[in-house]
Amino acid sequence: MKLNINGKPVEVAAEPDMPLLWALRDVLGMTGTKFGCGASFCGACTVQLDGEPIRSCQTPVSAVGTGKITTIEGLSASAWGRKLQDAWVALDVPQCGYCQAGQLLAAEALLRTTPKPSDADIDAAMSGNLCRCATYTRIRAAIKQAAVS
Amino acid sequence: MKASRREVLKAAALAGGGLSLGWQLSGAKASVPGALSAFVIIGADGSIRITAHQPEIGQGVKTSFPMMIAEELDVDWNQVTVEQAPGNRAVYGVQLAGGSSATPTQFERMRRLGASARAMLIAAAAKAWNVPAAEITTGSAMLHHKASGRSARYAEMAEAAASVTPPKPESLALKDPAQFKILGRRIPGVDNRKVVTGAPLFGIDARPPGLMYAAFAKSPVFGGKLKSANKAAALAVPGVKALFDIAERRDLKTEIDVGLPGIEVLPQGIAVIATNSWAALRGRDALAAEWEGGDAAFQSSEAWEAAATRAWADGAQKPAYINHGDAPAKMAGATRRVKADYRYPFLSHAALEPINATAHVKDGKAELWLSTQTPEDARRMVALALGIKVEDVTLHLMRSGGGFGRRLMNDFAVEAAVIAKAAGVPVKLQWDRGQDFAHDWLRPAGWHRLEAGLDANGNIIAWHDHFVSFGKDGVLNPTAVIDASLFPSGVIRDYRADLTVLPFASTLGWLRAPINNAFGFVTQGFIDECAAAVGRDPLEYRRTLLGTPRAIPIAEEFSGETKQDAKGTPYNTGRMRGVLDKAAAMAGWGRKLPARRGMGIAFHFSHLGYFANVVEASVAADGSVTVHGIWVAADIGKHIVNLSGAENQVQGSVIDALGAAMGQRISFADGAVEQKNYGDFPLARMNEAPPVEVAFLSTDYPTTGLGEPAYPSVAPALAAAIFQATGKRLRQLPFDTELLKA
Repeated sequence: MKLNINGKPVEVAAEPDMPLLWALRDVLGMTGTKFGCGASFCGACTVQLDGEPIRSCQTPVSAVGTGKITTIEGLSASAWGRKLQDAWVALDVPQCGYCQAGQLLAAEALLRTTPKPSDADIDAAMSGNLCRCATYTRIRAAIKQAAVS
Repeated sequence: MKASRREVLKAAALAGGGLSLGWQLSGAKASVPGALSAFVIIGADGSIRITAHQPEIGQGVKTSFPMMIAEELDVDWNQVTVEQAPGNRAVYGVQLAGGSSATPTQFERMRRLGASARAMLIAAAAKAWNVPAAEITTGSAMLHHKASGRSARYAEMAEAAASVTPPKPESLALKDPAQFKILGRRIPGVDNRKVVTGAPLFGIDARPPGLMYAAFAKSPVFGGKLKSANKAAALAVPGVKALFDIAERRDLKTEIDVGLPGIEVLPQGIAVIATNSWAALRGRDALAAEWEGGDAAFQSSEAWEAAATRAWADGAQKPAYINHGDAPAKMAGATRRVKADYRYPFLSHAALEPINATAHVKDGKAELWLSTQTPEDARRMVALALGIKVEDVTLHLMRSGGGFGRRLMNDFAVEAAVIAKAAGVPVKLQWDRGQDFAHDWLRPAGWHRLEAGLDANGNIIAWHDHFVSFGKDGVLNPTAVIDASLFPSGVIRDYRADLTVLPFASTLGWLRAPINNAFGFVTQGFIDECAAAVGRDPLEYRRTLLGTPRAIPIAEEFSGETKQDAKGTPYNTGRMRGVLDKAAAMAGWGRKLPARRGMGIAFHFSHLGYFANVVEASVAADGSVTVHGIWVAADIGKHIVNLSGAENQVQGSVIDALGAAMGQRISFADGAVEQKNYGDFPLARMNEAPPVEVAFLSTDYPTTGLGEPAYPSVAPALAAAIFQATGKRLRQLPFDTELLKA
């Protein structure tokens, strides 16, 4: 099966119904996308499909088709992605860091469509992504910093 | 921890010219001198590498510990690279992420190591330049002799420094804090760039060559035996390669760091080996395994609730669990009595990285890739389970995707090792979220029936508690023990607690601010009720209760985590009043608020840290609660190692505690945990996270840790705010907002 991941064609030897999460992690060795709950509660596995944040644990590889997948490993190809990564580092957002790949993919999609997000916009876009360390205060601040940088 | 070990500074020369400085350990934990650690490596190429030896679980220790060394080494932070040490106590000393203990026990040790390396570089320069060492100054990894105008980079003197006899670390003068250039600043985490680019860091990311993936079918009821399984269906799942029956029961009674007498681990079930985790988990599901019996089959939250209230009705046990002064006599003479019942549930850790472990067992040796808070325990337990030597267990210490106490236990490491031995290839064991909930080491639930005696002024003069929680054979589990030194003990001199122990047969463990995380809610909630009963201001009432600033002595027989504190800083009512007043000032205590909006205040001391916070919340007509702001004041001593990490820890702890108060509960039915995923164990989300303002008071006390002590005072302050908003008192965690409807 052929997928387009981070702008490159990639051959994936996976069962058609294998969730994209496991194809990325275990078949392709791209471990930046994280397993959290396996049921869309936590958002740790968030990637983008044609720019839209999706839960890769709920998306069979066969459903991806020719769509363009962006993972955390490819986030810096986006100008917003780079601004967010820099803000995340500078404001020292991560504690354990496990959820942050998913947070960043969700935040990049937000800024691309809403470059100057309000607090309500941030709540709406980010509330699907759990942070067990509860770094929400800094995630919010980093999104705002990236938006003005 | 300190007494059982001797450590001596040793230097080594690097190939190519350079200095490596570390400790060589000997003593009870290592009968023969261990290998030399390398905490500081100064290369001839100018590189300055510092080893981070503690487990990083999100508490920021991989950054904060190297900061301590770098400060005294007198280098710039951007000149330093940090490398993670493997798990090996004989080489690195204690490696433990628990009890907020790392900073208080190792702050000086790390600083003195850096100071020693600096002293050796100075000695080498003094010899080379033939000048007195006392005339040499340092800065930014440079050595200077002002009188002769000579300067050298550390790199140039590193090789010569390697042959200098290391100084006695305790003889060295440490920097005047006014000269600090790294400590106390905001330093971003050393792994931040790797985190935001998705580089492999965590245990779950380990991919040694030849790796296969495992799932493990085991009984949802602790100790349950396999009744039936459809192995053919599992083997028919594409990618599934093999099944192994694992039927062991290991009571690993070993000397371990986590403070429990023995760890019972049950590698009992069917291991499914596959080419990827998804196939392994699908294979496990295809087994449709059925189980029967089990030690814990009787467990039921409903039955326990009935048993606890029955114990209350039956009354006090003899002898008393805690008995200071004469509470019954004082109670009899009280002007007024206040009574209330408090309850809290079992809690799961619910770390976002689901439990996993990667192991390779070959030729009597084991190699582990592990997210763990206690790497040495993991090595010992795996060695015991496999019947091999601890020295033959290599442990790659990986970043933990959250710990919160769950990864103090290493049941998963033992399981992975046993499975990997059966499989004969490197294996990554992956639990799914349901197993993570089903097989956690839970924060014990508890019940407190409280009575306070008040004097004519309304002040508390006697305190009685009938406490019900869990253990085995009538003995309270260590994770439920209310230490006799915990507030209000000592402050309220006539204090009695009775105890009823309910049987529990699966696994209890430590969860962030253990014991305190529940007891803080109970004590502060009840004190708030006493204030309200006599119409006093909750802040003034607490200030009066704490009384004049003084140190409450800690009695000899007191045990537990505060014992360490007993040596230097007994419960200090002045420090507590300091944070109480600060939090009140930050929040604007006493501000006029709209209808159905209130402010609550609470304080708690745990893990050597003094914390107080104010919560402002409103309650809608439908009972839903909105938290508008939280103001936290903290006193963790003289230094804040990393202001950025410290503030992040406090904000995170506070929002974590808020999430727990609003909805987290683990319950049992038919012996098993009922919760399966985050849908029925909600964590706080972005839209529920209020602004959290944090202030650190700098006081003249030793620097202490921050992973835990901000948590306990949050829930009671929220309950108090809700009381101010609605007049309704919440006495049970998690809060039932149905009770708050207008």
